[in-house]
Amino acid sequence: MRAAQVRRWLAPALVGVVALALWQALVVAADLKPYLLPSPTAIAEQLGQVRPLVWSATLATGANALVGLLVGAATAILAALLAARSRSVDLLLSPTAAAVSVMPIVALAPALNTMFGTTSSTPRRLVVAVVVFAPVFVTTLRGLRQVQPVHRDLLRAYAATPRQAARTVTLPGAVPYVFSGLRVASATAVVAAVVAEYFGGLQNGLGSRITAAASNSAYARAWAFVLGAILLGLTFYVVTLALERAVTRRHGG
Amino acid sequence: MSTPATAIDARGVGKVFASRTGTVTALEDVDLTVAAGEFVSLIGPSGCGKSTLLRLVADLDEPTSGELLVFGKAPRAAREAGDYGIAFQQAGLLPWRTVQANVELPLELHGVGRRARALRAADLLALVGLAEFADAFPHQLSGGMQQRVAIARALAEQPSLLLMDEPFGALDEMTRERMQTELVRISASSGAAVLFVTHSIPEAVFLSDRVVVMSPRPGRISGIVDVDLPGTADRSDGLREDAAFFAAVTAVREVLHGAPAPVAARGVDVR
Amino acid sequence: MTRLRPVALGLAALLLACLLWEVVKVAVPDAGVHVGGASILPRTDAMAMPHVWEVVQRTLQPETSAVGAPSVLTSMLQSCWFTLRVAAVGWALGVVSGFALAVLMQRWRVAEESLEPWLVLSQTVPLVALAPLVVGWGGRIHLGGLEWQKWMSVALIASYLAFFPVAVGALRGLQSPPAAQVDLFRAQAAGWGRTLVRLRIPASVPHLLPALRLGAATAVVGAIVAEVSTGTKGGIGRLIISYAQSASGDPAKPWAAIAAAALLGLAAAGLVGLVGLGLGRFRHSEVS
Repeated sequence: MRAAQVRRWLAPALVGVVALALWQALVVAADLKPYLLPSPTAIAEQLGQVRPLVWSATLATGANALVGLLVGAATAILAALLAARSRSVDLLLSPTAAAVSVMPIVALAPALNTMFGTTSSTPRRLVVAVVVFAPVFVTTLRGLRQVQPVHRDLLRAYAATPRQAARTVTLPGAVPYVFSGLRVASATAVVAAVVAEYFGGLQNGLGSRITAAASNSAYARAWAFVLGAILLGLTFYVVTLALERAVTRRHGG
Repeated sequence: MSTPATAIDARGVGKVFASRTGTVTALEDVDLTVAAGEFVSLIGPSGCGKSTLLRLVADLDEPTSGELLVFGKAPRAAREAGDYGIAFQQAGLLPWRTVQANVELPLELHGVGRRARALRAADLLALVGLAEFADAFPHQLSGGMQQRVAIARALAEQPSLLLMDEPFGALDEMTRERMQTELVRISASSGAAVLFVTHSIPEAVFLSDRVVVMSPRPGRISGIVDVDLPGTADRSDGLREDAAFFAAVTAVREVLHGAPAPVAARGVDVR
Repeated sequence: MTRLRPVALGLAALLLACLLWEVVKVAVPDAGVHVGGASILPRTDAMAMPHVWEVVQRTLQPETSAVGAPSVLTSMLQSCWFTLRVAAVGWALGVVSGFALAVLMQRWRVAEESLEPWLVLSQTVPLVALAPLVVGWGGRIHLGGLEWQKWMSVALIASYLAFFPVAVGALRGLQSPPAAQVDLFRAQAAGWGRTLVRLRIPASVPHLLPALRLGAATAVVGAIVAEVSTGTKGGIGRLIISYAQSASGDPAKPWAAIAAAALLGLAAAGLVGLVGLGLGRFRHSEVS
């Protein structure tokens, strides 16, 4: 059993290590210029040099992503609750959520900067909130509709009022779906938080650092900031995944 | 409170479903009486309407013709008064509640206080032999154990009528036989009337005072077999190997296959 | 008639959104609302939030005050067309390579075990953050006589972004047939290739179509972001930025560009949806 588990981690880890080695070898052997592809060692060196900058930028972007995630998720859950109860709300919101999910929401960033002022963090947070809305809304609504027939029959047999039905069966049953939607949305939130900065506005997060470094031709440094963004995205995902697992375990998953 | 002597009184009950391809007559002209404390099984092939009939009694559906009374009231009134307990083929336990919280569910919905609920749940779990699993979650239990919890839940409000729709259908044979023995004991001690839907002839005979045989297209009662074995309170595992038991099973089987009422053999009285 | 229903509902939602816009304009004070230094509600004066009809009107007027300048609408449509084509090239590349990788991973367990975690990981990290890094590629690389154009960088980013969701969706789809069906093919002595074509690929359709749609949406976003980063002229990304820069004198124009980008996303998703037409019998168990 242990051998199989080790093997599961070994193969991808090996691939990662080999890829890094090949990357380094390629850059050195072909003498690739940094604007094409910096070497892993150059990136690591830059990361060491600008670590405090990376950290502060990560915190700023992380804060934007978190605020946007929470606001967007809260709005989406409320909207889903409304849509589950009212067919007309559902008919309006569901196609809207579907449409919004395929639109490049980050395009709103410049206009939002004008509306809220270029020194405000709100535009980026708002972009994240809108991007997060669609997946959380769709999954939550699905969860609210998933009542097993046997549970429905039991509720009717006990002459439960609609409020009792919601409290004892519908809402607890929807919780795993909410967390699943949050997990999907968390990665998207970080992406949106980073990319929103490419369109101007307050420049204190990872996105602006990446563009600044790239435009100054400090490509290895830009990659170092990208690494920060990747780690931020991973952290968000892992945390929401752990939350989701904890919740579904309690739900007998 | 005096319970009317008749738990279920069905006269000319019919149910027609409208579907895309036309109408389906699930039940036609069903007459059935179940007395208080009596154990009656409904048996028949798929589509004979046995589950439909149970659902009509439970007010999970409405009959399209005929008259149906549960304890002298309309099924809806009986449902709202909590006169019956129900168990389905799927245990239907809420996965986020402990076993105890699941058993307490009907009591909680009907406003029983916390302490009273806990006491009653403890009694019921002891009755079905699952006292030490009170704090476990459904996914930690086997299928048979989950069904026992479902039965405990069905008994939560001490109903005078138990409705059971193939509750042992998803279990293996050995577990089924064990559960049948349990159920016979529980129903005898609670004194409730039971309407039990099943596919299995030996199960129907083992558990019941009477077996109602139904046939499909359209669903109707084709015969009722009185099972004149020792009273349900005294039935035990040994009964399954008794000659009288086999005779009763044969009688039911023959009615199922459409044979006319057989000559009454020992232990069987066919009406 | 039922086909038109989502369109009608979409229009109704749009009208409601416009109504909400005007209500906010009336209800929220001109200078916005600030709580503890952070601005919670936006400025709603004429500069920050033009009226809906003003935006529509502006669309039909000339883009700039220069002589012979095209209307904003023409400019919008041209840029959308440019970005759509570049994103399409990127998407197609990403789809082909993603599907190829998925087939590879289905065939060889080793490939699957070593690469799948990286694929899943890729869905959780902001790959589009790499867009500015291809800034330097334009005009400096020559691939055997073909000079690297800026739009190629954009297409590359788009393909990169479409690649991952398609690979994940395709792999899941190829692995979706239940063991009973795979055993059936094995019992008929069907080789891997035949099983792939007759079982796995048809079975993968319900998983593949949503992945293609997602890939299209991310390809469009990636293309727009890459256009902004590389300064590629002609696309909607550039248009958004340039309109935003002249926002103080011309508040309605940027909103037109945003509307154009939104429509671009819808168009891309719609086009991919066309791929699903005629594949109805493969979609009985669609996973959305």
